[in-house]
Amino acid sequence: MPEPTAAIEVAGLTKRYGPPETGLVAVDHIDFEVRPGEIFGFLGPNGAGKTTTIRMLTGLSRPTAGHARVLGLDLARDMPRIKKKIGVVPEASNLYAELTALDNLIFSMQLYGVPRRERARRAEELLDRFRLAGKRDVPFARLSRGMKRALTIAAALAHRPALLFLDEPTTGLDVISARGLRQMIAGFSDEGVTVFLTTHYLEEAERLCDRIALLVQGQIVALDTVEGLTASMQEATTVEVTLAGDTDGTETRRVVDNDVAAAVQASLAGAQAEGRRVLAVNTVRPTLEDVFVQLTGLSADVMRAEKGGKGG
Amino acid sequence: MLIDDLRGMWAIMLKDLRTYYFKPPNVSWGLLFPFAFALAFAIREPTNVRDLVPGLLALTILFGTSSMEAIVITFERRVGALERLLLAPLRLPALLVSKLLGGMVFGLVTASVVLTVALALFGAVGVNWPLLILTMLLSAAAFSALGVLISVAVKEVFEAQTLANAFRFPMMFLGGVFVPTTLLPTGLRIVAHVLPLTYAVEALRVAMQGGSFASAALDLVALAFFTAVLFGPAVRVLARRME
Repeated sequence: MPEPTAAIEVAGLTKRYGPPETGLVAVDHIDFEVRPGEIFGFLGPNGAGKTTTIRMLTGLSRPTAGHARVLGLDLARDMPRIKKKIGVVPEASNLYAELTALDNLIFSMQLYGVPRRERARRAEELLDRFRLAGKRDVPFARLSRGMKRALTIAAALAHRPALLFLDEPTTGLDVISARGLRQMIAGFSDEGVTVFLTTHYLEEAERLCDRIALLVQGQIVALDTVEGLTASMQEATTVEVTLAGDTDGTETRRVVDNDVAAAVQASLAGAQAEGRRVLAVNTVRPTLEDVFVQLTGLSADVMRAEKGGKGG
Repeated sequence: MLIDDLRGMWAIMLKDLRTYYFKPPNVSWGLLFPFAFALAFAIREPTNVRDLVPGLLALTILFGTSSMEAIVITFERRVGALERLLLAPLRLPALLVSKLLGGMVFGLVTASVVLTVALALFGAVGVNWPLLILTMLLSAAAFSALGVLISVAVKEVFEAQTLANAFRFPMMFLGGVFVPTTLLPTGLRIVAHVLPLTYAVEALRVAMQGGSFASAALDLVALAFFTAVLFGPAVRVLARRME
């Protein structure tokens, strides 16, 4: 069978819950394509339809309408074959609490038909790679949150999938664990694994993803590389104003405008009205955050606050 | 695809037996329960304990298969582990068969201990072994299917336990374990005949008294029928719930 030109092809994919007229449309006629070997980011606030899209593409939920091909196979007809070639890391680390790190990996390999003679070697290899070798005989329940996450990803990679779905991989992790995990994710594409990553962390998507789709209320509002998305705002300038905090610390506010003077003026006027002291004013290159704010009309704080994680 | 199903079923069944079923509290409960009943019965009617064996065996299979099973699926769904299995390359009916098999194996192992003790006490002369084994297998399948259906029908673990008991305890008193169904009032006798335990007790009685397959044919068919009518809806309910 020839190599598929796209790892994922989606056309008109829709998921509706409830009756046609009054039901909730979680995913609304989305179209996109994920190229082999890339890290594709699916970025959006809670309830945007990110997890629902993953659930449809991995066979957990049936689309209401639309078509999709995963690794060249038709979603509606070839799901059992697709499942053998994909790995899925859900938002919650869901391995077996009582099984050790090693046994969880072995069980995953049994499920996916990894030959018996390869299982122990592959498990040790993954434990080494995810820095869990010292925890091989520790039950999953007794691992730290970061280790649980790493082991859940290791289990999804155990059968060497060509495509890995990562649903909010760093949510709830401390900064160091999240950084370590991002380094690992960045390495997957070097091995030819295509990564479909959902996240609500703008910085994470910006750092990791080759291309990003912005999803809002079940619809894709933009899809491009980070450079492509920010290039759409080249005309605009972002003014970053650092204000002294009410009690201690500082607060940074960003204003995007085509007119630098107007942006500075607006920022300073706002600070003055609140009686806040301005510590610094800088002009910066537009970031993904600015694109997100402009395209969605939502505050980037919405994305940070929603999950309450520290993934930064 | 069949190979993937079989491989997945085997792996899940072994994992379930290891992580849920063969745990000291579960094993001890599975064995203490029938012996406590036997003892209570023996104190009251020491001469008729032998007659209790088929019912006790059926009861052991019922509680052995369904007690843990009703909890396992509900628990796994709650912690997200069931989703992990649904993502694996095996079909939904195969996944539920693996759960069914886990319950069956545990029920049959505990019942085998009870059977061994009963045979040691009362002798094995005249037992129709092929019929006994087939009846035990079909009983375990029917009761395990009941456990599967209960566990997919509810959301919480405690609901599974409550619902399982709502079925099991009436069955225990109406299914011919302690009182022959022929002695029940007409209304209750009708109810008894829609309970799988009644057919399990009857077929086990025939097998232990050396009766023929023909004598137990209706009971065996009924047990197979219960397995099908309990398992089929369970697959559909879980498919709908996972949406």
